[in-house]
Amino acid sequence: MDEAPGRTVSADQETDTQYVEEWVSGTEVPDEMATGEGAQEMALQESGYRFREQLGAVVTDDYLYEEEVSEDERMIINMGPQHPSTHGVLRLQLELEGEMIKRCKPVIGYLHTGMEKTAETLTFMQGPTNVTRMDYLAPLHNELAFSLATEKLLGVEVPPRAAAIRVLMTELNRISSHLVALATNGMDIGAISMMMYGFRERELILAFFEKTTGLRMNHNYIRPGGVAADLPPGWRQDVANILKTIPARLGQYDDLLKENPIWLSRTQGVGVITAKECRAYGITGPILRGTGVEWDLRKVFPYSGIDQYEFDVPVGAHGDVYDRYRVRVEEIIQSLRIVEQAAERMPKGDFRADDRKVTPPPRARIDESMEALIHHFKIFTEGFRPPPGEAYTAVESPRGELGCYLVSDGGGKPWRCHIRAPSFYNLQALPVMLAESMVADTIATIASLDPVMGDVDR
Amino acid sequence: MARRSTPGNIVTTTIDWAARWAQTQSMWPATFGLACCAIEMMATGTAHNDLARFGMEVFRASPRQADLMIVAGRVSQKMAPVLRQVYDQMPEPKWVISMGACASTGGMFNNYALVQGVDQVVPVDMYVPGCPPGPQSLMHGILTLQRQIMTGQKVSG
Ligand code: SF4
Repeated sequence: MDEAPGRTVSADQETDTQYVEEWVSGTEVPDEMATGEGAQEMALQESGYRFREQLGAVVTDDYLYEEEVSEDERMIINMGPQHPSTHGVLRLQLELEGEMIKRCKPVIGYLHTGMEKTAETLTFMQGPTNVTRMDYLAPLHNELAFSLATEKLLGVEVPPRAAAIRVLMTELNRISSHLVALATNGMDIGAISMMMYGFRERELILAFFEKTTGLRMNHNYIRPGGVAADLPPGWRQDVANILKTIPARLGQYDDLLKENPIWLSRTQGVGVITAKECRAYGITGPILRGTGVEWDLRKVFPYSGIDQYEFDVPVGAHGDVYDRYRVRVEEIIQSLRIVEQAAERMPKGDFRADDRKVTPPPRARIDESMEALIHHFKIFTEGFRPPPGEAYTAVESPRGELGCYLVSDGGGKPWRCHIRAPSFYNLQALPVMLAESMVADTIATIASLDPVMGDVDR
Repeated sequence: MARRSTPGNIVTTTIDWAARWAQTQSMWPATFGLACCAIEMMATGTAHNDLARFGMEVFRASPRQADLMIVAGRVSQKMAPVLRQVYDQMPEPKWVISMGACASTGGMFNNYALVQGVDQVVPVDMYVPGCPPGPQSLMHGILTLQRQIMTGQKVSG
């Protein structure tokens, strides 16, 4: 017990400590004590160590006086579900020994919405409306995973322009999600300015999303067969503006955090996890890459033609909170690269598949053609019927592997829909990361996981 | 600000009016983010939208220091008792804003898991529609609630 830093007892202190050990509360008060106030007693100047302790000149804790920690010193406290730093409604049970966490148990389900069940009552066409509300910081990734799975069931190819729009939008979404992660991570550790900065830049991207999709969040924009609408007029200007503004602002964040000594001491060596543990728990995303593993689904299982874009996979080395923060910042830079390329080479053509059984006809055709009207009506009332079978597709969401597993029985609605939610798996890492760490590090660690409870509980 | 003012820098008012004015101008919300709507609530409080203009930027982590609960998001059956407990811990006078379709009616999730409207659990003073309501909608809801407190009467939209 004495080896722990801050707990070493010098010879001088040892003799002083004797005094405290000799006096037990409730027994006769030794002469040095002026009043009978027991442990709250103001120590006399002659009492040496105890006096210095009360002055604040030495820092000690209760273990100094005891060899064994009794059962009563262990305390189980409850954190959440209503807690400002648990990122939603996460509840943790922590077993503490003084300031040290001995065990940690996440309790989830406070946001269980039954979305997978709801998906069985919605047609494939309506599906993205539902899944977009799961991981509400990366709604477009949810829609993409669902749409890719549906297209795999149908065997439909989307036109190149639709694929490029999907890449453009999801990468912008990755930036906005990482900005929120940085903002909340900063705020939880006390860098409140980061909160303001992160949300300021997010507004920029959200304004573009609102212009394109009609909504700031929960867009229902990426749908089976393509996207809901073409990019709005003037989109090049908006994207160029984003590409110009954000790199400059990233410099501001670096000024604020990158070498800030308080930030470094709160994040480096905190919440450490190894690559092996990550693999054992199925952890993906920036947490896995923070340990130095170059695993990114955009590289290993590319989707939407993302293998034609040039970008790097940033990795960390130590698997701690700081490395995860760095990986996210670097990923913003890489996503900006992809956005730039997507904007440059945006192909001309249709923004959704030209398959009247899957996608609605253009609005103008409905006034002219009876068939178009019938197709329109059929798609929005009963949808389409993929052949029986099952499909699993996964995309790299800002939090890791986001997969969608769909089973079709030949009807218009999925027979079963399951989402492999990255936050759910990443959250399992908490007990590993928090074991034998300080209570204050809990906050930093949770924030660095960037869990979205809607994604965990669904 | 003043009801009647007489020359010579004297302001007269009633205690009732002054108390209501104070309540409106420094309403502290409890941080009670549940789901997607909470992100918009955060966006309302931070740069660009800046809730501080209405004296409400002080989001209190402890319900005991808060007098407004913004129920931002869907309330699951498991969360409902917690929500009620937080509400009970808030000191009087207190108000509740139900933000978003889910909190108000269950939204698009009419299933086993969600409470179909938070007004089944706590009394709601103001409903803010939308999925999610944008920061402007939330601010409009807050300002309407302030007007309601000030006049002591139900105000619509
Ligand atoms: S109303 Fe919409 S945005 Fe708000 S919690 Fe419900 S699904 Fe999410």
